[in-house]
Amino acid sequence: MDNQTQKPSDNLNIVIVGHVDHGKSTLLGRLYADTGSLPDGKLEKVQAICRQQGKEFEYAFLFDAFLEEQEQGITIDTARTFFGWKGRYYIIIDAPGHKEFLKNMISGAARAEGALLLIDALEGVKEQSKKHGYLLSLLGVRQFAVVVNKMDLVGYRQDVFDGIEKEYREFLGQFKAVPQQIIPVSAKLGDNIANRSEQMPWYSGPTVLDALSAFRKEPGRSEQPLRLPIQDVYKFDARRIITGRVTAGRVKVGDSLVFSPSNKRATVKSIEAFNIDPPPTEGQAGQSVGVTLDEQIFVERGEVASHQDALPLVSTAFRANVFWLGRKPLERGRRYQLRVATKEVDCEVATIHRIIDTMDLAQQQGSNVVNKNQVAELTIRTKTPMAFDLSASFESTGRFVLVDEYDIAGGGIVTELVHDDQEFLREEARQRDFAWVKGQVGVEDRAQQYGHRAAIVLVTGGRHTGKSFLARTIEARLVADGRHAYLLDGENLRRGLDADLSQGERGQAAEMARRYGEVARLLVDTGLIVVSTTNPFGMAYVEAAQVIRTLVHPVPVIAVHMSKTPEEAPPNTDIVLSGPTDFDTATRRILEELKRRGVLAQAIGAKPIFQYSI
Amino acid sequence: MQHLRQLEDQSVYILREAYKHFDNLGMLWSMGKDSTVLLWLARKAFFGHVPFPLLHVDTSYKIPAMIEYRDRVAREWGLKLVVGQNKEALAAGMNHTLGRVTCCTALKTNGLKQLIEQKGYTGIILGVRADEEGTRAKERYFSPRDKHGDWDFRDQPPELWDQFKTTFPPGTHIRIHPLLDWTEINIWEYIKYENIPFIDLYLDKGDGTRYRSLGCAPCTTPIKSTAKSVDDIIEELRHTTVAERSGRAQDEGRGMELLRKDGYM
Repeated sequence: MDNQTQKPSDNLNIVIVGHVDHGKSTLLGRLYADTGSLPDGKLEKVQAICRQQGKEFEYAFLFDAFLEEQEQGITIDTARTFFGWKGRYYIIIDAPGHKEFLKNMISGAARAEGALLLIDALEGVKEQSKKHGYLLSLLGVRQFAVVVNKMDLVGYRQDVFDGIEKEYREFLGQFKAVPQQIIPVSAKLGDNIANRSEQMPWYSGPTVLDALSAFRKEPGRSEQPLRLPIQDVYKFDARRIITGRVTAGRVKVGDSLVFSPSNKRATVKSIEAFNIDPPPTEGQAGQSVGVTLDEQIFVERGEVASHQDALPLVSTAFRANVFWLGRKPLERGRRYQLRVATKEVDCEVATIHRIIDTMDLAQQQGSNVVNKNQVAELTIRTKTPMAFDLSASFESTGRFVLVDEYDIAGGGIVTELVHDDQEFLREEARQRDFAWVKGQVGVEDRAQQYGHRAAIVLVTGGRHTGKSFLARTIEARLVADGRHAYLLDGENLRRGLDADLSQGERGQAAEMARRYGEVARLLVDTGLIVVSTTNPFGMAYVEAAQVIRTLVHPVPVIAVHMSKTPEEAPPNTDIVLSGPTDFDTATRRILEELKRRGVLAQAIGAKPIFQYSI
Repeated sequence: MQHLRQLEDQSVYILREAYKHFDNLGMLWSMGKDSTVLLWLARKAFFGHVPFPLLHVDTSYKIPAMIEYRDRVAREWGLKLVVGQNKEALAAGMNHTLGRVTCCTALKTNGLKQLIEQKGYTGIILGVRADEEGTRAKERYFSPRDKHGDWDFRDQPPELWDQFKTTFPPGTHIRIHPLLDWTEINIWEYIKYENIPFIDLYLDKGDGTRYRSLGCAPCTTPIKSTAKSVDDIIEELRHTTVAERSGRAQDEGRGMELLRKDGYM
């Protein structure tokens, strides 16, 4: 037995998965004992407990730290233990195999850099063996070895091992997963764990510890294009520091960054750090960094910084493979919170394409719900556009979780961009913003000068609901308060800017809305609060409002909907006014919303106010 | 020192997530090596600032040098220090001779619960490490506690990739553990690498003993060691097979399991 004499500093996170009772805890106990990694007294303590309870000692008991678990005989939750072997420290995330505890297996595996998947030689490939193999692949664990345990119980027969290997490789092949090794062992007796087994001369591959030694630290994501999801913006002192973890690529001082989906641009002035001298000039994948920019642009958590030649995708819809762990089933049409890197946005499941049975990868269609522990292919729609990537290209920005009420209830990977109806306009806005010629006076300069940020108050609704009167009232009130506001009335575009449109084009809202949106974009760039109505678009106000939103993005849009009788307001409406309108109350509510959204300056509390970014 | 940077990056990420999501946040500081490294990581995360108060649950039985160190560092680094104490229990004469678990529950667990309730904290950052003892190995980075501060280790929410539990029902709070992946050696390597000032009770000052883990004076015993510097400690730890908390009486029997279910740190 090769005894460990010195504890190394390098480490690797490993998860051990597999069907219940296939011997995970035993393998772990054996690894700990055979590498000499047990603290003094631990073995004796567990042996004493066994004697007390009149049980035969087993290696598995070493890790069932809770007595209650030993009574139940299953590992309850993800536990971490450590052992050292040949210059590396292995952090073992012991993931239980009991069906009820799949979420713990997933929590464990999501953090792992490598995995061991156990199969009982006597029982063969079982439900959890398949489910865990599939989930490892879905979770992005590419390095794994299959360990066929309890070979002593089948007389160390090669034909039993070969049968399991063939069956399991075929299963994994269906989703293109390939194990590093398939190793026949007996964890109980120590065959092929640390020492080569004398019972299985027909096997010439590595032992379990050799296989672990061959696992590499995650290959450098630093060579990929840059992805820096913004985590927070700090202003504790004179510096305005944008923080985040680089999930791919490198960021350097002097880099020109594009923030998606706002399309804002700025150059990295410095990389900030505490107690590092001289200060760093670059940050790379995996690092939590802080940067300052040459220009005071307003960017916020959830945006993704990249270089302009390799932008992330932006859309309100994507297709994904999702595993569901929630107590309540995942339902089509219900609202969830979606989190991709640091972006948090409301979403709903638009389509459940199919449920995938992880046992045989059979597909079941036509379901409206995804139950706990199921995997499904979905299309997800978000309330607002967000930046993301395909999981095949970028790991961190290509995966997400779904939050139901207070808990993370599912996770998944993005497989496809879904085109939405705003795609062409969004691309127009992106190209226009990249080419935008700026004067010497920046947006933040104007905000500082005016004491407020630019915004649009957009009043929607049917005919004769009081939209124009409300818009005029708001404009007057804002100006009376010393704000810079302007009423943009669509009627004023009709005979001028829209004079070249044919009768047919006027009948459709699309082109008129596009022009209206571009005019609004110019006006907000001057720092104004633009007050407007969807009057010129008649009953096509829902579509027009969406076009305007896309074109003025990311300027805040305060959407107000008016109707004589209660009716469904367009998506993302902030204030609903139905029935006879009390214009004083309506005005007050709109001013409050402008304050809440950080458009109007407000008192700065203990925490820096990021909504208002001067 | 690549591995220390990786640990630091993850801890800093967790601290920034905590600061972003919790309006009323506090960080426990026992002046021991772990929570002092945690404090240093907060200064890393927030560029020299510590934007939340440091909480110390004072049992009144701490080693006097710890209190002196606490006040000096707080002054030098401009920290906001909040000290909590279960005065009722102390007035009623609580001490370790009434039973260790009883005493820890009254002075530490309940002292902490009182502090959380008084100040309305919704997030508490702690320096527990997974390799310390069995129950801590089961922790999440963001670990929910119910209205009574209890921990339901059987039904913990999933924690996927870098997504943590940051939403919670009113009346409950979240324990945040940025040091979960660190080992005892990592802590000392980092103290050395960053040159972090630490309390000298961890060093042998000539009598051939030092503290390896710090707690209340009556329930913490020094170990035999001649480690007189951080380098000596690291060298010693690389070869020891004695558990870190062997000098901590509360770990005997099922002590820690019982304590932590009820909300012990």
